[in-house]
Amino acid sequence: MTEEIIIAGFGGQGVLSMGKILAYSGIMQEQEVSWMPSYGPEMRGGTANVTVIISDERISSPILTIFDTAIILNQQSMDKFEKSVKPGGTLIYDPNGITHHPERKDIRIFQIEGAQLAAEMGNTKIFNMIVLGAYMNVKPIVKLENVIKGLKKSLPERYHKLIPLNEDAIRLGMKNVAEIAN
Amino acid sequence: MTIPSLEEIIKPENLVYEKTDLMTDKALSYCPGCGHGTAHRIIMEVIEELGLEEDTIGIAPVGCSVLAYEFMNIDMTQAAHGRAPAVATGIKRCWPDKIVFTYQGDGDLAAIGTAETIHACNRGEQIVIVFINNGIYGMTGGQMAPTTLPGMKSSTSPYGRDVEMMGNPLKITELVAQLPGTFFVTRQAVHTPAAVRKAKKALKKAFENQKDKKPGVSFVEIVSNCNSGWKMTPVDANKWMEENMFPYYPMGDIKVDGQLVK
Amino acid sequence: MGELKLMKGNEALAEAAIRAGADAYFGYPITPQSEVIEYLMAEKPYERTGMVVLQAESEIAAINMIYGAAGSGKKVMTSSSSPGISLKQEGLSYIAGAELPCVYANVVRGGPGLGTIQPSQADYFQSTKGGGHGDYRQIVLAPASVQEMADFVKLGFELAFEYRMPVLILADGVIGQMMEKVELFDQMPRLTDDEIAEKYPWATTGKKKGTQRRIITSLALQAHEMEAHNMMLQKKYADVTEKEVRFEAISCEDAEYIIVAYGSSARIAQKTVELARKQGIKAGLFRLITLFPFPSKALQNLCKQGVKGFLAVEMSAGQMVEDVMLSVRGCAKVDHFGRFGGTIHTPEEVLNALKSKIIGG
Repeated sequence: MTEEIIIAGFGGQGVLSMGKILAYSGIMQEQEVSWMPSYGPEMRGGTANVTVIISDERISSPILTIFDTAIILNQQSMDKFEKSVKPGGTLIYDPNGITHHPERKDIRIFQIEGAQLAAEMGNTKIFNMIVLGAYMNVKPIVKLENVIKGLKKSLPERYHKLIPLNEDAIRLGMKNVAEIAN
Repeated sequence: MTIPSLEEIIKPENLVYEKTDLMTDKALSYCPGCGHGTAHRIIMEVIEELGLEEDTIGIAPVGCSVLAYEFMNIDMTQAAHGRAPAVATGIKRCWPDKIVFTYQGDGDLAAIGTAETIHACNRGEQIVIVFINNGIYGMTGGQMAPTTLPGMKSSTSPYGRDVEMMGNPLKITELVAQLPGTFFVTRQAVHTPAAVRKAKKALKKAFENQKDKKPGVSFVEIVSNCNSGWKMTPVDANKWMEENMFPYYPMGDIKVDGQLVK
Repeated sequence: MGELKLMKGNEALAEAAIRAGADAYFGYPITPQSEVIEYLMAEKPYERTGMVVLQAESEIAAINMIYGAAGSGKKVMTSSSSPGISLKQEGLSYIAGAELPCVYANVVRGGPGLGTIQPSQADYFQSTKGGGHGDYRQIVLAPASVQEMADFVKLGFELAFEYRMPVLILADGVIGQMMEKVELFDQMPRLTDDEIAEKYPWATTGKKKGTQRRIITSLALQAHEMEAHNMMLQKKYADVTEKEVRFEAISCEDAEYIIVAYGSSARIAQKTVELARKQGIKAGLFRLITLFPFPSKALQNLCKQGVKGFLAVEMSAGQMVEDVMLSVRGCAKVDHFGRFGGTIHTPEEVLNALKSKIIGG
């Protein structure tokens, strides 16, 4: 099993940390992982993306041009990465702020109202965890228990009290992801 | 009166002066009349008198005193041009209980190594910096130094230093005295026995500061001659130094125990 | 099994320095490797092991702090990225000349000049052919994973002290910035001051009465002395070339076409080999681990084994390819492919190049 994922959106949406949590979860279930961000001016609030690979085998290239799954969180990223999904692959996106919706017919497309659900929960910071939940439902590769284990390991002790909130957000995302009929 | 024989003169009871063991027996490579030899000797005497020789690491620069390690009989590291304060920082940070000093000329300390000098002083490294200022590049054949006086001739200012074209002489000693990281800043000379005594006293204070872990750099400038580079006899060079260098680079302490005194 | 962590290459390098028992790190920030000093400052190694961390006023000062500390027998490291590494060359030449041990890393970015902060492998010539002035070499280790970023710090210190020469960990922006699973080696003790004085009699630790003084210098004013010193250095480099060659051959046993690559290019090329094999092309990957010493003999042996062509893949206009050509000496076809100036080639681009330049060409 090898899962090659691109997560793309605005800097500040938690794109990089969502990728990091995914990668950490992979380690928790004894898989190989790589996390390769775009770096540079993107860090200052522009677009940000990260390539995450989870695999049962040694990972070759951490840099890819086509992906099994694209998680897309703004229009610029949609324009850039819709075409980068492998035929038969998966695209998950938040429709908030999207003006040109994906049109590919050879891939599965899912929507998650992440921004709206986060606003309803009254905490925009857990947006990325809602989207992560959506991904985990569509692609059950990392187990929830391993995500929680990964969070415990990667977060400093003082943030551990926030883990239940993150878990709720993941569950909310899992419940609310919807496939778009193609 | 009979003239004593050589055997008689070197009898132990006639001994009035002995070279410190911390100077090697190698003949100095400096020009006759140059101040470097005296400066080397009094530094080594101070280290010996304070009993620091087993714990001292010296840094030689690039310039006439590049071979200082041939004459100073202690552990020495030869640094790239201008980098002695950084080299000293590396050693002192790793060996906080050792005594570390740099020995640098004006081109080394105040031109190519200005950044290293200022920042080592500003960080307050617990080191001694000995700065020999003779207003010229001696080793490479008499080129203009950052401390060359206005109007002073050198091979790269053959018509005299034109400050509009070549900039002004840099009083880096006054400059580092302003930094909170310097603890003791003084300017001395070694051209007369009286000056040598004063300079040695200042050096002793500098090394004592480090031994006592006083905060910051102890910075000792020694204004010296370069009769070869200045194209003068040693006697004329010393006279010229008193008349021209000393007014621009006045003798005495600038900062003592962390307080400006001038 | 050691501790498993998800870390950036730069962080793994920094953590490995602490664990390898380094005495000091001196550095100056530059993208894409500032995480090294940031990590160290946050981690407070002076509390963990007594290791010194200092942000110098420049790369020039940092490498000279390394020179001073290394000369006094301490285990010291610095790191930077291309423009900063250029500034360190003077100090590195002195370190090589004075035969001092140190480890330093270059997380390469695109150049020349200020260039770009994106990854590159265009510092190959600088790394393997000297870099600074004079006839000297340094051992160059090329990590291709975050794991190797950590492991090569330990290996680097071992080699640096064994041969008393600088060891360069030549990474790039990809390896520095990416995160992977790392198994960290256990904390090694730092040497005590007495152990250093005993183990490294050449180090300036203060001249004890009745002993010879130690001098750290690269100066020999007499030409014949300098020549003798150089001959001794060359003998050492020949020894290193004999003993320290490291590489990894992947799918090379039956390969007709071999991609030669190092660092992140090797990772990308490994994917190319997978793609090629799926298409029935007998491709292999020869991954360089040491760039100096260069594994010339192993490449010659592959030639004898019947390999028809070599494609050197590197993020440069073609530097390492010259060493491949010198190694195989015309016995097989050699060509180069690589994006450069901060652009990264894709596995597909490499496959197309393999087909057009080596197989079909």
